[in-house]
Amino acid sequence: MKFRLPFAPIVALRFLREGRMQTLLILAGTTGGVAVIVFLTQLITQLQAQIVDRVLGSQAHVVIRPAEEVNRRAIDDAGFASIVEPRAQRLRSIDQWENIARLAADMPGVTAVSPVVTGPAFAVRGQASKSVALMGVDAERYRRIVRMEEYMVAGRFAVEGTRAVIGSELAKDLGIRMDDKLRVALPNGRDELLQVGGIFDIGNKDLNRRWVFVTLPLAQSLLDLPGGVSNLDLTVADIFEAQPVADRLRGATSLNVESWMQTNAQLLAALRNQSVSNNLIRSFVVIIVALGIASVLVVSVVQKQKEIGILRAMGASRAMILQVFLIQGAVVGAVGSVLGSALAFTLLNVFSAIYRNADGQPLFAAELEPRFIAMAALVATAVGLLSALIPARRAARMDPVQAIRS
Amino acid sequence: MSTAPVIELAGLTKAYNLGTPVETEVLHGIDLSLAEGEFAALIGPSGSGKSTLLNIIGLLERPTGGRLSIGGRDTARLSEAEITQLRGRSIGFVFQFHHLLPAFTALENVMMPSIIARGRPDDAAEATALELLDAVGLKAHALKKPAELSGGQQQRVAIARALALRPRLILADEPTGNLDTHTADDIFALLREFNRQSNCACLIVTHDPRLAARCDRIVQLVDGRIADDGPAAG
Ligand SMILES: Nc1ncnc2c1ncn2[C@@H]1O[C@H](COP(=O)(O)OP(=O)(O)O)[C@@H](O)[C@H]1O
Ligand SMILES: [Mg+2]
Repeated sequence: MKFRLPFAPIVALRFLREGRMQTLLILAGTTGGVAVIVFLTQLITQLQAQIVDRVLGSQAHVVIRPAEEVNRRAIDDAGFASIVEPRAQRLRSIDQWENIARLAADMPGVTAVSPVVTGPAFAVRGQASKSVALMGVDAERYRRIVRMEEYMVAGRFAVEGTRAVIGSELAKDLGIRMDDKLRVALPNGRDELLQVGGIFDIGNKDLNRRWVFVTLPLAQSLLDLPGGVSNLDLTVADIFEAQPVADRLRGATSLNVESWMQTNAQLLAALRNQSVSNNLIRSFVVIIVALGIASVLVVSVVQKQKEIGILRAMGASRAMILQVFLIQGAVVGAVGSVLGSALAFTLLNVFSAIYRNADGQPLFAAELEPRFIAMAALVATAVGLLSALIPARRAARMDPVQAIRS
Repeated sequence: MSTAPVIELAGLTKAYNLGTPVETEVLHGIDLSLAEGEFAALIGPSGSGKSTLLNIIGLLERPTGGRLSIGGRDTARLSEAEITQLRGRSIGFVFQFHHLLPAFTALENVMMPSIIARGRPDDAAEATALELLDAVGLKAHALKKPAELSGGQQQRVAIARALALRPRLILADEPTGNLDTHTADDIFALLREFNRQSNCACLIVTHDPRLAARCDRIVQLVDGRIADDGPAAG
């Protein structure tokens, strides 16, 4: 026995097929709406992910620093009240940083911890001198914070003895090549002759000019922090969980703990605004599509008055007539979501071929995530169903005699 | 012939625009009963209330007063859903204008009462529909849409559809009203034949005295009242 659809879908599909022009029009509207929504969502999701990725390409997700020092000045003799005022911060170490590092590493969600000693210095070569940030790291551990090996344009990301890794801008400014010598001088009068063992380009001119990586012990001795570290850099498993991780660490250590989300609060606010405007656009499109489906179906109910009367005379219940029109709405939504997703995919391909970055790379990938197609199918079908509600109820309430007498 | 009444009307009235200044009573106390196998003509001048009476008996409209029983069940006590079901399963309609569904083939139109009653098409319904189309001489046209058929063919499909669920009552409102004499005779003969075969009760509105004379019984309606009710002369 062949498969046969039940009554309501049979009649719904036949009505849709019969009303050719109308069906094409609402399908076109729904397809367009779905395409706009899927395209926009996919585009914005990708671009936002890229921006976040780029920002986090050169930043730790969470940074632990020593608690900020403040001056307390007593204002009454008993010392019960005091004025708290900020003071110039000198370079300090995190107390018992090994314990803190262990604590952080054991915290759920934290995937890597790297100690860093950082302080200001001058890179000097011949007559030229540049202000830089000396970064004392354990290269192996730091790689799990910033994927330095991906950015190397010469040599490797490895530091030992007096071998250092510098950025491409600093190398250009000072005319340095691989294995050349470079002197660093510190405000405290110390200095050291380094040998360049690697040059990186991290995609950020400022950092390419400032970062000078050396070993942890060398930075400690140059910066007068024997055995100490100025900060602990952390990587977390889920970047958007960085804030709660930072909060928990702050609570546990009372140190100054900052997540990338705090450091980049403005960027995040901008991204959030972009999401809000995207949602607004999507809502408008959904409303317009819903109105389109509803109005076409209202007309269709009036046109099908006679057929509805005949079906009722043959024993079709109100509920059956209701279903016939609800299904029409759902089918339009479902088919529209498939066609719309296909159109969105085409648009993504076209636009990713047209819009390219300065380096010739496409601005975004012509990919469509299955979850967006699933979302579109679900939303469009639901919208179709809801839009059909009013026309369907009208159809179900229609008086069969009126239709048959005429 | 059995005498169990298929329909029974007692003091049935129908008024339109009830409670408004233009309230009009169209049927004024109709007493009528139709037995199993009876083949009756309903005649009367235009506007006398024939279609209204047929629609009420067919459960498409509710009466204003009086009693209507179908198969011994008082319809006033039935819910909307029960009325709908009773209409679908026990009554077959044939209208003056065939009222076929234009989007469906002749075969699908004939299957439709069964699709509605059973929820979906099945092989048995298809076989029955084909038999019925064969019986009305349209088996070769089973897959045509109504628009591809002539007026007489359309009306024959409509008769096949009315018979699809083997109803106990057939109501036909001027089924030959817009057909030529020859075709009208064919249609009438078909109804008569099915009446004999299945022993269903038939109430047929007609303007044609020739056709009325070929019925078992003639009910005459004038101004919403039964003016005459008796066996056909011929
Ligand atoms: N929905 C309605 N509202 C008001 N009057 C109606 C309605 N339907 C029918 N009528 C009136 O009822 C009377 C009987 O109509 P009808 O039953 O169609 O007569 P027939 O079929 O015998 O020609 C007519 O006067 C008609 O105008
Ligand atoms: Mg009439």
